[in-house]
Amino acid sequence: MREALKRLIEYRELLYMITYRDITIKYKQTVLGFLWAILMPIIIIGAGLLVKYAFSRASGKPFLLSEVATLAVKAIPWAFVVSSLRFASISLVSNSNLVTKIYFPREIFPVASLLSQLFDFAAAACLLTLILIVAQIGVSIHLIWVPVLLAVLVCFCLGLGLFVSAACLFFRDVKYIVEVVLTFAIFFTPVFYEASLFGEFGKYLLLNPVAPILESLNDCIVMQKMPDLVWLSYSGAISLALAGLGLKFFQKLEPKFAECI
Amino acid sequence: MSDIALEMIEVSKKFKRGEIFDSLRDLIPALTGQLIKRLTSDQLERQEFWALKDISFTVKKGEAFGIIGHNGAGKSTILKLLSGILRPTKGKIIVSGKISALIEVGAGFHPDLTGRENIFLNGAILGMKKEEIRKKLDEIVEFAQLNDFIDTPVKRYSSGMYARLGFAVAAYVDPDVLVVDEVLSVGDFVFQKKSIERMRRIMQGGTTVIFVSHNIKAVTELCQNALLLDHGKGVKIGETREVTRCYLETAAGDRAGQDKKDVYVAKVSVKNAYESCLDFDSGEKAWVEVDIKANRDAKNIAISINLKDEGLYTLFDISTERLGHKPINLAAGESWRFCFQVSLYLASGIFYLGVKLYPFDERALRGMIPYDVIFTAATIQIHSNLEIHGVINPCPILVENEKVYE
Repeated sequence: MREALKRLIEYRELLYMITYRDITIKYKQTVLGFLWAILMPIIIIGAGLLVKYAFSRASGKPFLLSEVATLAVKAIPWAFVVSSLRFASISLVSNSNLVTKIYFPREIFPVASLLSQLFDFAAAACLLTLILIVAQIGVSIHLIWVPVLLAVLVCFCLGLGLFVSAACLFFRDVKYIVEVVLTFAIFFTPVFYEASLFGEFGKYLLLNPVAPILESLNDCIVMQKMPDLVWLSYSGAISLALAGLGLKFFQKLEPKFAECI
Repeated sequence: MSDIALEMIEVSKKFKRGEIFDSLRDLIPALTGQLIKRLTSDQLERQEFWALKDISFTVKKGEAFGIIGHNGAGKSTILKLLSGILRPTKGKIIVSGKISALIEVGAGFHPDLTGRENIFLNGAILGMKKEEIRKKLDEIVEFAQLNDFIDTPVKRYSSGMYARLGFAVAAYVDPDVLVVDEVLSVGDFVFQKKSIERMRRIMQGGTTVIFVSHNIKAVTELCQNALLLDHGKGVKIGETREVTRCYLETAAGDRAGQDKKDVYVAKVSVKNAYESCLDFDSGEKAWVEVDIKANRDAKNIAISINLKDEGLYTLFDISTERLGHKPINLAAGESWRFCFQVSLYLASGIFYLGVKLYPFDERALRGMIPYDVIFTAATIQIHSNLEIHGVINPCPILVENEKVYE
């Protein structure tokens, strides 16, 4: 683990260049340009509003503006999870000419794809700030939890990203499996709804490691209260374990990359 | 230890033949199928082959080392092992210092990025620091002759421009060990000359160079020592001239399956005044012996020999007919030997000898198929102290050198 970090630091210039490349080519020759970064969050928020509106009609509860804030706080990190895994899965395969021609630590590819998604995430976070201001959500001491939560989220995406990028190199259909899982994962994650809506059953939904992170983000930004530390440490532990195991898995398979791609 | 740049100790590499299962959809049925059929280990072994077997060599610091061999000999595998892309199945590789590989120029280019962006990207891939690239940027652009197009996306480049830029970036990396694979054949004649000059400069700077090529002339010019590979085995290692001669001897074609032809070339050998030889000094005399054999009675045959340069341009073509010899007639089973004497007034380089058997009256029988053609019958190497640009050596001498008064 420490060795891998050392290598990444040693190759930081290359990591920077590959990340820069991934970001630039995404916005070159496109109609939307940088709007791409916020397109997906906007669509998710839109879909969420529709669902919430249906909920309020069915239950007779009033439809509140603060719900938009909750939706945005959850939708934007969720969009990051989806796109970072999607791009991680093709990060090695789409660079096959480099994998077979030149040697440098292969971790650079999934890490760079994650970093380029973080760039989009940052752009979307600006949109989020705007929404929070409009929705008149104030500032509170609980915001200090946000960096911790983001670190856990990045850790989770990195670990899983390392897994799927290596798996995808050996088996091309892993990409489609990832696509299908990501498409429907939103129904198993409390983005459009709160886990608490399910009562007793809600805690099973929180077993999905992303769920406590999203709930906690909502707690400390919109609800302005302490996140549930038990569930948060559960997510943290899973994410750290994923990152460690993902790296180990990746490094174990790395010698075979050039032959099997 | 300190003056050794690179060492390979009994390195072997095994590959699998045939298709590798690259999707779960194919793998799962295949695995269950295997369980049922119980594939024996014998069958598995047949699917594997050794791309390299027990290769050992050492390269000293600052030395240029050549690796030559026919297609499929394992040259590229060696390079990939050296640069760490592949790991050896057996054996050990020790490299001291930073290694940089020019396996394919422009491998890291992205078509949507401009030339300038790609220089930075590819430079980073090859291990250069950003500051370093910025300093060398102008030189690189100048070298690639792309001043006007450096801010154009490389997808709009011609393939020549693309390759030149790729080589230019690579040529300005400053590694301890540089691995070069066939990249000197990029661009036109002028650019190639510039590339070789650049390689020389890199070597003078103390960089160790591993050079892989089919271009025997370049290997001889650049490298002190070389390794000859054949089907993954190290055939010969040592001084470049010795090794290239060994390579040229094995280069002669296989003469199997001649039974169907009426008359065929059984053997071609090239000799100097004393013995069989493929290595001549410029201006030396060579004797080309052609043995022909008839399976059936054959009448009115002529033999021609020709010599081509590396670009396969014919330098000369002469025949028994045009040398005034009468038509050759052979009875079934008969063998004859003809010997041509030629003076090799050629510049240093590699030349290919070809032999042809054809019906005697070539002009009258235009379009008739020759009885037998061998190309390459032999590959010969010419050495000369005179640096001539071109292929022939007319023995030029400077005879006058005086000031002219009007």
